[in-house]
Amino acid sequence: MKHSQTLAATAALAAIAFILPEIAMASGEEVVSILEGAPKPSRGDYPVIAGISARTIAWSLAQMHLFLAAFVLAVPLFAISTEMMGVITKDDRYDTMSREFMKITMAAYSLTALVGGGLLLALLVFYPHLMGYMIKVFRGQMLIYAALFGLESITLYIYFYSWDALRRGNRKWFHMSIGLVLNTVGLTLMFVANAWTSFMMSPSGVDAAGAITGTVWEATRNPLWNPLNLHRFLANIAYGGAIVGGYAAYMFLAEKRAEAKAHYDWMGYTSNFIAIIGFLPLPFAGYWLMAEIYAYSQQMGITAMGGILAWLFIIQAVLIGTIMLAANYYLWSGLMRTDRGAEYAKYVKYIAVVIVGGFLVWVTPHSLVLTPSELQVLGGTNHKVLGPLGIMPAKNTAVNLMLVMTFLSFQMFYRSSRVATVSWAKQGNMVIIALYVIGIANIVGAGIYGYFTPTVYKVGASVPQVTTTLMIIVASVVIDVLMLRGAKTEKVHWGRMSERSQYALFVLPVAFTWLMGLMGYIRSSLRTNWHIYTIMKDNSSEAYIPTIGEAGNTITAITLGFMAIMVFVFWLSRLGATKQSEPKQEASS
Amino acid sequence: MTFLKTMGFSIVAMFLFAAFSNILPQVQSDAPVEEEIPTDGFDMAGMIAYGERLFTGKGTCTLCHNDLGRAPDLLVMNLSTAFNDRLADPRNEGVSAGGEGASDVEAYLRESLVDPSAYVVEGFGKKGSNDTISPMPAVDAPPIELNEVELNAVIAFLQDGAGWDPTVPLPSAEEAVIEEEPEEVESAEPETDPLVVLDNVYCAGCHDLEGSEADVGPNLDDIGTRMTQGEIIEAILYPNAIIADGYEADYMPEDFGEQMHTVELMVLVDYLINLSN
Repeated sequence: MKHSQTLAATAALAAIAFILPEIAMASGEEVVSILEGAPKPSRGDYPVIAGISARTIAWSLAQMHLFLAAFVLAVPLFAISTEMMGVITKDDRYDTMSREFMKITMAAYSLTALVGGGLLLALLVFYPHLMGYMIKVFRGQMLIYAALFGLESITLYIYFYSWDALRRGNRKWFHMSIGLVLNTVGLTLMFVANAWTSFMMSPSGVDAAGAITGTVWEATRNPLWNPLNLHRFLANIAYGGAIVGGYAAYMFLAEKRAEAKAHYDWMGYTSNFIAIIGFLPLPFAGYWLMAEIYAYSQQMGITAMGGILAWLFIIQAVLIGTIMLAANYYLWSGLMRTDRGAEYAKYVKYIAVVIVGGFLVWVTPHSLVLTPSELQVLGGTNHKVLGPLGIMPAKNTAVNLMLVMTFLSFQMFYRSSRVATVSWAKQGNMVIIALYVIGIANIVGAGIYGYFTPTVYKVGASVPQVTTTLMIIVASVVIDVLMLRGAKTEKVHWGRMSERSQYALFVLPVAFTWLMGLMGYIRSSLRTNWHIYTIMKDNSSEAYIPTIGEAGNTITAITLGFMAIMVFVFWLSRLGATKQSEPKQEASS
Repeated sequence: MTFLKTMGFSIVAMFLFAAFSNILPQVQSDAPVEEEIPTDGFDMAGMIAYGERLFTGKGTCTLCHNDLGRAPDLLVMNLSTAFNDRLADPRNEGVSAGGEGASDVEAYLRESLVDPSAYVVEGFGKKGSNDTISPMPAVDAPPIELNEVELNAVIAFLQDGAGWDPTVPLPSAEEAVIEEEPEEVESAEPETDPLVVLDNVYCAGCHDLEGSEADVGPNLDDIGTRMTQGEIIEAILYPNAIIADGYEADYMPEDFGEQMHTVELMVLVDYLINLSN
């Protein structure tokens, strides 16, 4: 398995050289001269092999590769952060946890390469014209990608295996430098792959017929590249945090020793924190991505938000609502770890009302598909009372309030083990309360204003809501940090958690994985019946957008496969740490 | 044991998500197919109806030209006034203003379709462009790719909407049968059996029709004695334009024009008229 990434890289190089040797060896100018435009394969040009659904195979492998790659790229990002925390705080727990993060990554890395190789093979077999054209457009960049993959493997192995050898003193800085190189290479890999994906949605550096008119950099720097980069960067962190949180929950449930339970409880809390930190700005990155999609092609934007794919955002709401509820439930359960937690627990019911209320608003559709009798009872295609909750101003208000309340749950736990000793503590608390009250009023007010503006400005009305949410979070953190400096700290009883809370933590990776599958499907479907939007048509028999149920079933099957792999990895991890006890000495000997 | 418990828990959670996705409306969106235009008996009425289908279908015009404010709502506004006003707008550098743009309404509509930024209606330009750049794509280019006949049909539909006689030519026999990639296209055959069409659009679900006793909408058994052919067509395509006494607006779907071929619409209307005979 350890050689699989090398094999995949070699396969990529061989495939490129085999399919288009003249492209692989040609200079940019030579390539331009031999290109006339994107190929136009007819239905008969798509290979049909034993009745296998080419799209389902490519979809499954691409999504599985993305799940694994997102995880193995994200974990080193926050592993180096927690490693740095260990150096700063001189708390060895951080260092031990960082190493444990990486241990799970190592098991998943080989699979990432293996599935990536499978994806490449599937694309070359089932979509040879598309792959040939993509290789022509991106030319030597694909070779650089393969080389980077090799470098990623080398640095990843060195980073992990040198952990204990470079653990103390100046050597630690050298170790973190390796981690920095690893993350730089990892991010570059992701950005390069994102260029190919975003090029398929918003091609640039080519003319209307697909003939190359620009450089590889121009094709790379297409309109949706950077929004996708940011969105995937944040999503990967949230996703990686959720997966290692799932690992910690698994280990907590499996362990019997109090010391180990305490360790995995703390690891779960930290992972949940990482997941939520990545998750909080994600809607705003999503907003930017969607705004850029609208700017690039209004038609593509409306297809997503107001067309055939719009119902999928109701499923998205259910998934994000699930994540929010589970994360908050886990945080509320955490109040039992501290003796002063009960003081804050009385506020939980109010936060729960806002979170559940926000969730219900978010899942309210604007219009419904109804039978005639339902239509008659309802009095129209929109419910007279609930109908207005289906439009964006209500949903934006709901999601912002949910984010603010989630942050409040974090803040309550943080404060439950600290008593401020500064003289201005009372005034500081008043300022924080005022921040929440004014901020929430502003979010609700902007939402109401959104009802009275034309549609084109409704989206714009969400900007002050987002700004307010961020303002509450940032200002609260700054005040808390200043106010709780030198605070009287109380013991946190790590491990004093219910089993139910661990299942709530385990919901996160399941819902995140399904959510990523869904959003990846939506993003890909925006191209409708185009391999490369407006440049190269998909003329295969599968160039249609499937029903929501069909898509949901496929996403479930892929997610199930991924979760089976992950739980197996967790089990392996535990198995690796298990030692058989020494045989007892026979009395006679 | 923990392995089995967590895996079982994951499976239950995932199946709940899958179940939810299966209870939502299930619609499959096929790639657009080229419609073969009949050459025999294809008159301007057929051209207008074809234009309407393109407007709500392949042309994807109603994605933006609706009541949500992204683009002028062409199905509701007074088109004759609007088109004349725009030709006379000093910002429109057409022939009448000494420019090289549109000289008449047909040319203006064609220009709007293939070069939307040539003249942008005030307030509908891209943000920050001061109404010099239109967010509308050129409809003769990918991804919409209307051909010359289809452009003419849309123009005919809009001219008809303005109350004018269309000035575009009818397609010639050669134009009508040409398809870009015939081997890739599956022809969508319209239904000619009125009972099948009735079953597809399910009129009897809301209207009392041949004993269905539904009462959301008016009785259809005697509709031929109350309405003309044109009025029935209008009532199907624009159900909220005129509401029958005793009934409320917004009950009947407004997308039957998208759901039916013209042939199907005409078969259905003929059937309903003959019912009362």
